[in-house]
Amino acid sequence: MDHDSILKINDLKTYFKIDDQKVVKAVDGVSFEVPKGKTLGIVGESGSGKSITALSILQLLDEPGEIVGGEILFNGDNLIEKSIPEMRKIRGNQISMIFQEPMTSLNPVHTIGNQISETIDIHQKLSRTESKKKTIELLELVGIPSPEKRIKQYPFELSGGMRQRVMIAIALASNPELLIADEPTTALDVTIQAQILELIKDLQDQLGMSVMLITHDLGVVAETCDYVAVMYAGKVVEYSDVETLFEDPKHPYTVGLLNSLPRHDIKQEELTPIDGMVPSPFEMPVGCRFAPRCPHATDLCREKLPSLWELNKDQEVRCWIYTEEWDGDQEVKVSDSLNLA
Amino acid sequence: MMLKFIVRRLLQLVPVLIGVTFLVFIMLHITPGDPAEVLAGEGATVETIENINERLGLNEPLHQQYLSFLSNAVQFDFGTSWRTGREVSSEIAPRFFVTLELAIYSTILSVFLGVIAGVISAVRRYSLTDVTIMLVALFGLSMPNFWLGLMLMQWFAVKLDWLPATGWGSGSQVILPVIALGTAGAAIIARMTRSSMLEIISQDYIRTARAKGVTEKVVIYRHALRNAMIPVVTVVGLQFGYLLGGAVLTETVFAINGLGRLVVDRIASRDFPVIQASILVIASLFVFVNVLVDISYRILNKRIDLD
Repeated sequence: MDHDSILKINDLKTYFKIDDQKVVKAVDGVSFEVPKGKTLGIVGESGSGKSITALSILQLLDEPGEIVGGEILFNGDNLIEKSIPEMRKIRGNQISMIFQEPMTSLNPVHTIGNQISETIDIHQKLSRTESKKKTIELLELVGIPSPEKRIKQYPFELSGGMRQRVMIAIALASNPELLIADEPTTALDVTIQAQILELIKDLQDQLGMSVMLITHDLGVVAETCDYVAVMYAGKVVEYSDVETLFEDPKHPYTVGLLNSLPRHDIKQEELTPIDGMVPSPFEMPVGCRFAPRCPHATDLCREKLPSLWELNKDQEVRCWIYTEEWDGDQEVKVSDSLNLA
Repeated sequence: MMLKFIVRRLLQLVPVLIGVTFLVFIMLHITPGDPAEVLAGEGATVETIENINERLGLNEPLHQQYLSFLSNAVQFDFGTSWRTGREVSSEIAPRFFVTLELAIYSTILSVFLGVIAGVISAVRRYSLTDVTIMLVALFGLSMPNFWLGLMLMQWFAVKLDWLPATGWGSGSQVILPVIALGTAGAAIIARMTRSSMLEIISQDYIRTARAKGVTEKVVIYRHALRNAMIPVVTVVGLQFGYLLGGAVLTETVFAINGLGRLVVDRIASRDFPVIQASILVIASLFVFVNVLVDISYRILNKRIDLD
């Protein structure tokens, strides 16, 4: 795919070395890109490596997590080669991140105002009054009423939705080129979820930033994303634009995910879950990692790991079915099993 | 709101202190050893002893003795010492200020060393530095302070002759007793700071701080330390209270005329008025320090509700 991309990740590997024998390959050869000004959704179950991928980009991994290979190209610059001070200048400035838990992501002992102006003060040379003015503007921008009053408040005085807005204000303090949102709505009430997503979308239109949205909610993806990378067990299994993903999913896992969604447009007796469980990080299958749960799997799938093929301009898939080597049923059409109305 | 809280907490001191006086009073009176006999000295006649009992009011019923003590104490009248005949307040005051000074300096030393060591240990978890600091802390914690005092004296006063071995008052006299007394506290505070910092460092808001692009120094001092201080402040408060009453051994080793020694001396001579008043002073200060600790929680974290 040749987009004008703000972020391009090639074969990223982030491992957690537990001891000499045990290594958790949380992210194991992930590649995708975030097109400029667009929103990329990263979808997958818990433990698929979505969050670790995001934390790897900003190098905020907790011990013993470590990037062991690959490239993270931000505007063409490989972030992995950056020094610690260089990364610090990028964090909160060119790339910002918001997290899943607004309740615990703000420091309880500092005021909202101080937590926002801190980011402004690190990355911009502004006077005290200008910094305060900007803080108030940011709170207005994220839709927090009476910001002059709010800047003196502490996080415990705000609701979860309000706190996530504050987190967004912090993230936007230096007009970032890329916003990474790691499940920003998972911990919020459904009504607040919609508001926060709407806010992120509006801000993206206003400020022209690119967004990388991590979620396990395909509904969120359908509403907010332009492109989607589906992750499974530390690898991207499908990457495509959002319409294609929902209309013509190629990977059996994507199809499984879509089938396990509740729908209101067709009558469903019950949901269709994907059989089996995500493989243990200590016992990854040798072949395709989804093979043990895949209804179409053959010996080839179980023995050899497929790579991410470019099917057409906007769709990549990691599945043997779409290759010359495919030894199973030639007629198999994965998307046929999709419960379309 | 803060003022209301302070007033209420101070009012709560009243029942606590009444309880303290009651316990001390009872304990003194049930302890074997008749004060009149001790005061009269060996070989005194029964008559002399009886006279002393009469003079000190020891013949009156216990509850009456207690009530008259209490009503005088409320007016800050602690009577006169049975042994020296001087006003109790003038006996205690100079001693009290010496002990207070000793406790304050030792606490400052403990907090200073303990917090720095704890933060370094936490930031370099499992490193050689961390292991070394924690080993030293364990050692400091396990060492009795009188023994440490004797060792310090042996080295720095006797062998090297850098510092005076005994007494209190000049700057050089302060150093050894403060080290002897502050070491254990520093060790406890170091361990507490370390574990508290380690817990805080794994919090989500620390990751948020890093994601903003602040330096590691700011992460540690502005974002983590203040949150980590709450359990540490509790320990500091308790430690200070312990120093007020528990400095007797150090005071004895360094021949410092502090309150602890006064109490021990007067227990031996059954000087009830001095003992009662001293314990009351120590207890009041201890409870007062605890109120200060509660107030500091609120200053450290606005979320903590004082109600």
